[in-house]
Amino acid sequence: MPLTIANLLKPEQIAHVPNGSLGSPFHERTSPLNFNQAWEEWNGFLAANYYRDEHLEYFSTRNTCGVLDVSPMNKYRFKGPDAEAMLNRMVTRDVTKHPVNTVQYNIWCTDAGRIIDDGTIFRLSQDEFMLTCAEPNMDWFQLAKVGFDHVDITDMSHELAALAIQGPTSCALLKAMGFKGIENAKPFDIVKFPYLDGEIMISRTGFTGDLGYELWIDPKNAIALWDDVFSTGKIFGVQPLGLESLEKARLEAGFLSPYVDFHPALHTMDKGNDHSPFEMALSWIVNFNKGHFTGRAALLKEKQAGKHRRLLKLDIEGNKAAESAILYRDAACQKQIGYVTSAMWSPVVKANIALGLVEGKYADGPIYAEVYHQKELRWIRKVCKCTKKTKPFWAPARAKQTPPADT
Amino acid sequence: MNNKHYDAIIIGGGHNGLACAGYLAKAGKKVLVLEAAEQLGGLGATREFAPGFKASVAHTLPQLTNKLVNDLQLRKHGFELAANSLATVALSPAGQHITIANGEVQGASAADAESYQAYKRLLGRFADTMDATWHKTPPVMTDGGFKDASTLGMFGLKVRSLGKTDMREFMRMIFLPAQDMMDEFFETPLLKAALSWDYNVGNKLAPRSPNNAVLNQLLKMSGDMSGNGELPLPKGGVGGLINALAKSAKAYGAEIRTGSPVASVIVQDMQATGVSLENGESISANHIISNTDPKTSFFKLLGVQHLDVEFTQRINRLRMNGLVSKVHLALNAEPKFTGLNKANGRIIIAPTMQYIENAFDQAKYKGLGEDLALEVIVPSLHDNSLAEAGKHVVSIQVQYTPYDIAGGWDAHRSTLLENVIKTLEQYAPDIRSQIVASELLTPVDLEQQFRVTGGHWHHGEFAIDAWWMNRPAYGASQYKSPVAGFYNCGAGSHPGGGIMGAAGANAANYILKEEK
Ligand SMILES: Cc1cc2nc3c(=O)[nH]c(=O)nc-3n(C[C@H](O)[C@H](O)[C@H](O)COP(=O)(O)OP(=O)(O)OC[C@H]3O[C@@H](n4cnc5c(N)ncnc54)[C@H](O)[C@@H]3O)c2cc1C
Repeated sequence: MPLTIANLLKPEQIAHVPNGSLGSPFHERTSPLNFNQAWEEWNGFLAANYYRDEHLEYFSTRNTCGVLDVSPMNKYRFKGPDAEAMLNRMVTRDVTKHPVNTVQYNIWCTDAGRIIDDGTIFRLSQDEFMLTCAEPNMDWFQLAKVGFDHVDITDMSHELAALAIQGPTSCALLKAMGFKGIENAKPFDIVKFPYLDGEIMISRTGFTGDLGYELWIDPKNAIALWDDVFSTGKIFGVQPLGLESLEKARLEAGFLSPYVDFHPALHTMDKGNDHSPFEMALSWIVNFNKGHFTGRAALLKEKQAGKHRRLLKLDIEGNKAAESAILYRDAACQKQIGYVTSAMWSPVVKANIALGLVEGKYADGPIYAEVYHQKELRWIRKVCKCTKKTKPFWAPARAKQTPPADT
Repeated sequence: MNNKHYDAIIIGGGHNGLACAGYLAKAGKKVLVLEAAEQLGGLGATREFAPGFKASVAHTLPQLTNKLVNDLQLRKHGFELAANSLATVALSPAGQHITIANGEVQGASAADAESYQAYKRLLGRFADTMDATWHKTPPVMTDGGFKDASTLGMFGLKVRSLGKTDMREFMRMIFLPAQDMMDEFFETPLLKAALSWDYNVGNKLAPRSPNNAVLNQLLKMSGDMSGNGELPLPKGGVGGLINALAKSAKAYGAEIRTGSPVASVIVQDMQATGVSLENGESISANHIISNTDPKTSFFKLLGVQHLDVEFTQRINRLRMNGLVSKVHLALNAEPKFTGLNKANGRIIIAPTMQYIENAFDQAKYKGLGEDLALEVIVPSLHDNSLAEAGKHVVSIQVQYTPYDIAGGWDAHRSTLLENVIKTLEQYAPDIRSQIVASELLTPVDLEQQFRVTGGHWHHGEFAIDAWWMNRPAYGASQYKSPVAGFYNCGAGSHPGGGIMGAAGANAANYILKEEK
């Protein structure tokens, strides 16, 4: 029997501290597992920082499979004959070419071409989309709807409970749960199965860069799904996952985190503290060939000028995470050229990795990070050479294989 | 597809569209004007509203300039004034009317007559200062400063040349409500009410409203046909001017088609390249210039899919709801107003500013006041082309009649007309029996018949937040729009509404300059 607080105390014996946040549809299950009741608030819901040991949880995404409750994610429905045109004019990718039953990562920008947020768009039918994003965005969507009379936007966050199942055994686990043919789903595919008394939607998506899926279900069936996942999952090494381990996994995968790697434009006060997609290495999803979209003119100008900052993937000398490090052009730290946005020691890559935002004209030259770390309270400063990486730090072949190999 | 290709297609043959066409054609451009209605002129068209009786929605020309008339040789093409300037007459219920004519006030207190001179001098200087702005493309703000800053500089110089005292007064007064201005200069309530009229009419403003009343007043003083602040009356209604504008544009080579509503602007590769007509025909041109209001231009004709989100919202937020209705009465005899020899001036019916404010208060809450404020003109006393000899046309602006009246206009039309006639009867007791026909144009009627969103006088509120480099909104203030090849030239663009042709002329000049 795994050691959980539930073995020691019954749930009703745990002192309840009201904190204004709601439990997600899985709370009945996640709460007893949360050893230190270590929660953070996410869109008004309690989200586990970690359940017992964030390292163990992190390793499950790389070695077995981890289960993250992503129900607090914002989910919006765009439905109607104008949904495609409306979204296409809002985001930077070509929504007219987005196939039904697939998911696409996307971003949306202000008129000035600064990133408001990123998210994933699920095309559910010709005229129905679900957009998921970490931050609330309804106000912007309402603005972006002005002039499109035939699209309804609803906040459907409460209509769906969601679990991300991520790691090498995730496909095998889903097969064992009876989702026949799930192995044929390609990355970003959406498949639906009859499940319990209703339906479950499974997308081959996730935020860990590994093989993984996200399960979307009516909240009334959330607990049954959880129980199914964990009882079937025992032999697949299934492990509940908190946000801290996710933060590590996403950095290895090279994904961005709002308020960490970029500052959402609508919440930015000072000029230059928000970001363009080019600065965030997202030029691959800015489609200048699709016709007009919001921010296009500004982005084209920025691209042509080519002077923008650049978010770089850095492999940093040594093994001390370069958190909050300032970046320099020279080892003597004379010329400051940028800063690190996210950093960690990556156990799977066995490298000291980071994302760093660097002024455009220095991005191709040498880069040094000024790293501070503590040894029994004593501060140590080290200047570490950085090597630029062009590929994600962690991108195992299985993440893209269809069908993925059983592990 | 019409295989002819034009340098410019102008959507709408209102007076601004025709002025724009005239200037472009004069510069050698191949121009096509497409007007939806069977008749040219938009709110300036003179129409037969009852058999044998004609009127135009706009009736006087305080904003028209000699420059436009001369540039486009409008006199040669038949433009004439029926009266150089109408006196303004403030009707008193007791028959003690006040007249403002030839720069003098008569019938108010001696102190007021004197103050009027100081008032006139100051306003004249302010109007002169604003002249630096009306007939030029506004500057735009850029990251580091301004582009096309010469008009900004000119305006600055003009303000400075007012001298310290007047400049300070200008800066102090420019955002004042009409009532503060009136209270500062005058004591006679009737005079104050009449003089406050031009500050407010056409906008969502009443005597106590701040923001843009003074600006509105100065815009009304922008013309110079018979001097600053005078009130010329065109021959044949404003349609007389329209005919001349159309003839002039044609003489310069422009083609004009009526009965040709445009359904949409054709955009290819993010560039406006032509228009589709409602009949399915499409025609191509290098420049597509819209004389319609900004909402129609951007939402209906262009389509927001070609625009950015924040820009779209700025257009969306424009205040488009008109508050002025127009009533045209056909009379079988000359109307007689108690205590007036001849009703040949511009008659204001509003005993006090409070009276006007009360009507506004009702309208603010989507209601209709019983006591309405009116501007009444009998143009047929100066012009025999509008009705048969001995018969007359009464042209009335009515305030305040909200576009979005509670319950809809169908429920209020007859009440409104009755209230107008009842109000008139108090001053012209026989008028009801003289009426042989009438026409009521509420803001909703104006919207439907003249294709102006909200039926708004200025194609959208003329206000500090929608003025000069913000008119109609930043991103489109220089006649061009965010979509290459698409322009605006109507009253929704700088300098605003009123019959002056400046938006049309400025747009044409901007386009011609851009080509160089
Ligand atoms: C009640 C009232 C009284 C007024 N009185 C006066 C006055 O006495 N003096 C004064 O100076 N000003 C007056 N004004 C203001 C003045 O009439 C307007 O500001 C002026 O007419 C605007 O001119 P314009 O050419 O920009 O637009 P408009 O006159 O509105 O012309 C626009 C034209 O575009 C056409 N159009 C629209 N959509 C399409 C389409 N899809 N395809 C083709 N054509 C289209 C319309 O049919 C119209 O002909 C008054 C306004 C109102 C509402």
